[in-house]
Amino acid sequence: MPVARQATIKSPPQYTEFHPRWYRPKVSVYWWLGERHYLKFILRELSSVFVAVFVVETLMLINALRSGPEAYAQFLQSMQNPPVIVLNVISLFFVVFHTITWFNLAPSATPVRMGGKRLPDAMIAGPAYLAWIVISVFICWLVLR
Amino acid sequence: MADKIVLEIARYSPESDHEPHFESYEVPVKREWVVLDALNHIKDNVDGSLTYRWSCRMGICGSCGMMVNGEPKLTCATFLSSYARNGNKIRVEPLRYFPVIRDLVTEIGGFMQKLKKAQPWLMRASNDQLSEGTYLQTPEQLDRYKQFSMCINCTLCYAACPVVGLDPVFIGPAALALAQRYNMDSRDQGAAERTATLAHPEGVWGCTFVGECTRVCPKHVDPAGAIQQYKIAAVIDWLKSFVTPRGRDAGSQAGND
Amino acid sequence: MSAQCNWQNVLTYSSAKALVGKAADSPYGRNLSATTVHQIPFAFQFRGEENVRVWRSCDALVAGRSPGVSVEASSHDVLLIGGGAAGLRAAIAAAEVNPKLNIAVVSKVYPMRSHTVSAEGGAAGVAKPDDSLDEHAYDTVSGGDWLSDQDAVEAFVAEAPQELAQLERWGCPWNREPDGHIAVRAFGGMRKMRTWFAADKTGFHMLHTLFQTTLKYQPISRYDEWFVTKLLVDDGVVRGVVAIELMSGRIQAILAKAVILCTGGCGRVFPFTTNANIKSGDGMALAFRAGAPLKDMEFVQYHPTGLPFTGILITEAARAEGGYMLNKDGYRYLQDYNLGKPEPKPVLRCMELGPRDRLSQAFVHEHYKGRTTETPYGPVVHLDLRHLGEKLINAKLPFVRELCQKYQNIDPVRELIPVRPVVHYMMGGVSTDIHGATPLHGLYAAGEVACVSLNGANRLGSNSLPECLVFGNRAGKAAAEFASQQEIGNGAVLAQAADEENRLKSEFLNKTGGHERIATIRTEMQTTVEQSAGIYREESLLREGLHKIMELQERYQDINLDDRSHTFNTELESALELGFMLDVAQSMVASAMHRTESRGAHQRTDFPMRNDEKFLAHSLLYRNFDGSARVEYSPVTIKRWPPGERVYGQQAQHPDAQAVQRVS
Repeated sequence: MPVARQATIKSPPQYTEFHPRWYRPKVSVYWWLGERHYLKFILRELSSVFVAVFVVETLMLINALRSGPEAYAQFLQSMQNPPVIVLNVISLFFVVFHTITWFNLAPSATPVRMGGKRLPDAMIAGPAYLAWIVISVFICWLVLR
Repeated sequence: MADKIVLEIARYSPESDHEPHFESYEVPVKREWVVLDALNHIKDNVDGSLTYRWSCRMGICGSCGMMVNGEPKLTCATFLSSYARNGNKIRVEPLRYFPVIRDLVTEIGGFMQKLKKAQPWLMRASNDQLSEGTYLQTPEQLDRYKQFSMCINCTLCYAACPVVGLDPVFIGPAALALAQRYNMDSRDQGAAERTATLAHPEGVWGCTFVGECTRVCPKHVDPAGAIQQYKIAAVIDWLKSFVTPRGRDAGSQAGND
Repeated sequence: MSAQCNWQNVLTYSSAKALVGKAADSPYGRNLSATTVHQIPFAFQFRGEENVRVWRSCDALVAGRSPGVSVEASSHDVLLIGGGAAGLRAAIAAAEVNPKLNIAVVSKVYPMRSHTVSAEGGAAGVAKPDDSLDEHAYDTVSGGDWLSDQDAVEAFVAEAPQELAQLERWGCPWNREPDGHIAVRAFGGMRKMRTWFAADKTGFHMLHTLFQTTLKYQPISRYDEWFVTKLLVDDGVVRGVVAIELMSGRIQAILAKAVILCTGGCGRVFPFTTNANIKSGDGMALAFRAGAPLKDMEFVQYHPTGLPFTGILITEAARAEGGYMLNKDGYRYLQDYNLGKPEPKPVLRCMELGPRDRLSQAFVHEHYKGRTTETPYGPVVHLDLRHLGEKLINAKLPFVRELCQKYQNIDPVRELIPVRPVVHYMMGGVSTDIHGATPLHGLYAAGEVACVSLNGANRLGSNSLPECLVFGNRAGKAAAEFASQQEIGNGAVLAQAADEENRLKSEFLNKTGGHERIATIRTEMQTTVEQSAGIYREESLLREGLHKIMELQERYQDINLDDRSHTFNTELESALELGFMLDVAQSMVASAMHRTESRGAHQRTDFPMRNDEKFLAHSLLYRNFDGSARVEYSPVTIKRWPPGERVYGQQAQHPDAQAVQRVS
């Protein structure tokens, strides 16, 4: 048995014969909160802000090095502030997220063809990951030794 | 597996409603039934005023796209059993980001105009004759663009793309993928002409690579990939235009100059 | 305020709003709401460009007229009904004959949804040096059991390769050989490899190529989602159509100097069919009601391999690549039916590459012998593709694999595919000559809706796609020439259109007291037609069937619609389609009853032999004024190939049969 149709009309609708009014739902400003994939996309885009944070910190570091040992010591001091450490941890997470999503998406933008066929995406993303890990390990070693 | 499932379907008749409301129907669950079979069952036996588009019921015509539990899907290829297993209800709504004419039918005239803007036909530099026979094209050259030629115009990608929702002027994934299909066809020489219209904020540059279009595409066309490839090609073309004496090189994308 | 509202002047939201604001003072305008104001500029943006209708709406609003008072009409030079391969090809042909013609395509669905899109196998055209036009012609004539008109066949085989090449030049992605030339494959009933293909989605690629090509022709405009309900005939000449704009429910006359029907076949008259929902024989019924005869309606093709529940097509290409058909004992049963000896590789015109009617008939015999497998959806046999290997299936039959996995939960690489014969194609249709002209002046037809007759009593696979192109081209040219000498219709025609509008309103939209549901009548019709006019027919069953259909036509008058609204009323559309289907079903069963012989796809258990003296002729079904039908016969055009035996499967003796070489 069909469920009885609900009467939702409060006032006569403005229908003109043979001119049906197309319903146009409004897209909410919070469209990106409704779905997991959209949220992931917005976070991916926001991660560029945190990449910028690291870039700024690196520029500040270079500037401090240029300005002499006291400026450098002061810079290191400011980097040890708890809020700055929290910011850096969050930024590190987002930069890693940024890198992973970038490497995963890059193959679809730059298809490589060899021998008449397109190479699978993993073969393009793979070397990028490898290079990233190798360079990161090398820099860590340089800094920590 | 349950033997009945409830469908909540968005209903809207402009002659009596201001906005859509939901109505629930209970349908039997059969192993081979898809959501479209359930809709047909309701229309034939319960409520003949339920309105939706469908035709081939094999996933090739692209008519039956709808939102099923918030995901754009072809209802002829979405099986009831995958929802019945979890004891869920199925919520069926018209495709997102399109005006709704009635119930589950959306207005796609705008999409048709956007397709036309992509100039999706083979363009040649000169007016060659049929008497010269067919063009030659190796299987490898065919393989370059084949994936992008699989689009069935179902507009699921438009329902997934937030840019389409926020900016109605954006040409959209399917139209751009179709343009790229022709750009990469070795027989085509019209890439420059297409790029002149499409390398704009409402064309290729409106895309922010959300990637939802590729995820929902039932034919694995990968429109997001097509658009990013198009962006790179457009930039290369733009850079070339400073260097080459004759400006933009026609057909440079397919390498048939 | 001027009554002229040229949409080209109204491009911006604000100017449209201003226009509507002015109209608000008119008596009609008081009904306008803010939402209508929203709607109009979008309507211009999105539906306005080629479509005359929208600016006429604005015209009405501005002039203070209420639409729907009188039937509005628009007019064109050439009007195509149906937007599939034949319709779009004919539109392009007409546009190329005379670029000044105003051409319109009316379709009840958007063109890329037309059923051409689901064709899979391929399109035949002589392409290789070892092949010849005469061989293609002979294969077609013998495949059609000598009922094909040989002048039409000769014209067809000559023009088919040109049409397919033209499509290639328009961008169709045909499969290629390594050197870049077009690849061809074998197909059922053909003695040489001549079927062009685009993976296993040939119809899809052809339709989309044609549709995208029509976008660049300015003279071609489209009425998307308009449903034609009647042909307007004045003084024995077709002057246009009456159509419902599905979106708004407006009923309008579209006048034309020439009308071309390209509406496709009517598979939905049967319960198991490969055909889409839209194949309801609209054009055949429209022409029949207007006075044009229907030719050879008794010939219905059953495709031997369709999936059991959905009826989805498993293309003949699966057999051409080497698939086997096995009964429940795993035996290649076709060897028992004069189709040759089983070989490991496919042999042209033998076994699984025999003609479709013989394969479907073999299934029925296997069923009577108890050698088919029973399933909840009826008896099936199995298609075995396992020996082809995953690589070949992914390269040549990817869509088949996808369909089996999705709809049958079976991977053809590892499992057998259950298949049964399902209705696929109508050889019969509106009677036309080799230029696509019907006996009714101003009315042309092309594609599956027409019967030239090219396919005779049985169509060979991969002949129907080039048929749409060749005869679409011919009909488009012929209609364009006819239209350049015609005047547009006058008031008499508009009066008929107003009558039709009243009929639709009184018989469907405004009617009270009906008791029947559309679905009930439709299911009963399908069951009746399958029982009486299935693969094998017999006098008493046909008579019963005809009687039952006429009873259903009575009950059809008592239909009740749940949906009385104007906006996108698909229930009204279904009701009208059911009316068309009942007319077509009646014509099929009546024609079958009168042909007392067995030929091709029309097999009578009570008249099992072919009777060339009496029935080497086309059956023509005419509608009488009282609604009954009469059958007449007209001789088949025989030119170079006198009727002979249809021989398949003799690969040892037949010099022309050869083993297929696999094209990588």
